Amino acid sequence: MRSMLCWALLLATAAHAEGGKLLLTGGVSSIDGAAGGGLTPWAVTASYATEGEVGGTAFLTAASTQDYRLSDAGVALGWHDRLEVSLARQDFDLGANLAPLGLAGLHLRQDIVGVKLRLAGDAVLDADSAWPQIALGLQHKRSHAGGLGPTLFGPLGARASGTDLYVSATKLLLAPGVLLNATLRATRANQNGLLGFGSAQDRRYHWMPEVSIAKLLRRDLAVGLEVRAKPNNLEHSVLGEGALREDAWWDAFVAWAPNKHVSITAAWVDLGRIAPALQPRRQSGAYLSVQGAL
Amino acid sequence: MRALLLALTLLCTGAAAADALHDFGGRPGLKAVMQDFFTRLQADARIGRYFKKLDREHFVDALTDQACEQLGGPCRYEGPPMELLHQDLDISRADFNALVEVLQDAMTAQGVPFSAQNQLLARFAPMHKVIVAPR
Repeated sequence: MRSMLCWALLLATAAHAEGGKLLLTGGVSSIDGAAGGGLTPWAVTASYATEGEVGGTAFLTAASTQDYRLSDAGVALGWHDRLEVSLARQDFDLGANLAPLGLAGLHLRQDIVGVKLRLAGDAVLDADSAWPQIALGLQHKRSHAGGLGPTLFGPLGARASGTDLYVSATKLLLAPGVLLNATLRATRANQNGLLGFGSAQDRRYHWMPEVSIAKLLRRDLAVGLEVRAKPNNLEHSVLGEGALREDAWWDAFVAWAPNKHVSITAAWVDLGRIAPALQPRRQSGAYLSVQGAL
Repeated sequence: MRALLLALTLLCTGAAAADALHDFGGRPGLKAVMQDFFTRLQADARIGRYFKKLDREHFVDALTDQACEQLGGPCRYEGPPMELLHQDLDISRADFNALVEVLQDAMTAQGVPFSAQNQLLARFAPMHKVIVAPR
């Protein structure tokens, strides 16, 4: 956490007072740290920095479902609207759900380092063309599963770290004020990486689609929907068929940016089933994220 | 079939533009927006320097005609092409975006609905390709 504060200070000294991108067009901070929607990375680069500028963002996110809690924090740096690097730390509180395994109160943690390169296109101003902005990204994730580690990385066959590769295409249809994003992610992360990567039954990478659609109600206010498919590698684990099945994630959000220094996103998230053998309820609840930008 | 869909799409965008022109208050409303726009541009800390020496009447009339024509109104812009007007000014992407924001401010101040604002912006935005200096 202290290293994140150091990053934030570095950004504070290096960055412009207010960047050149239009309001909200740097996206918000996704849970993996990359700029985009709340659940999924977009082709936009972090911060308000446009060509020739450098900018940074820092975020705090909290989500709470029936039986679990997620907290998340990170920073990102945007360079010339071309390159983005990001760091995020996720903390997933399992509450009492793993008590049958003697792991009540366990937190699953994950560190994510991301890099994104805008390859082509302009999401915002090319209103006379159907071409989207396209970016390629990498996210290297390292999970810390605490007391669940021996089971997860032993008989379940998951790895403790993994890398996601994704390509995103983002387009703001200026006239109707509608933003569309499609991301294709090559991943073998279980529950985004919180339950490690791959399994004894399935070590392959899978291409997972992620889609967002948003409507600008005002310059500073957007509403939208996101859906994110998941690879479900632990479906057939030794714990039993479907015991660790995972579902697609989706959310409905509202994002408000009163100025270019802060944005607030509130959402209803549905994380589907998480370790249903231990907690059969579908998990849904509130999500709140605050992003500061320099 | 495809020709029919294309024709319908063109009709749709045309209809949206006509609505926008109406929401702006026709040419007189557009002119009021551009007067406000020019005032704000000259006063803007980021890009004011580009506009300090310009003639208000010329600028306002040119922009009004452009906007009116873009929205399908009975106007025609007869000035020099954008590329010619902006060359050698070394305009950055940030400068261009700043101008978009100032235009948004002017339209909002003049009470133009958000949807109509976006119709005009959608027509002006692609000009960044000939206005922003290549880097």
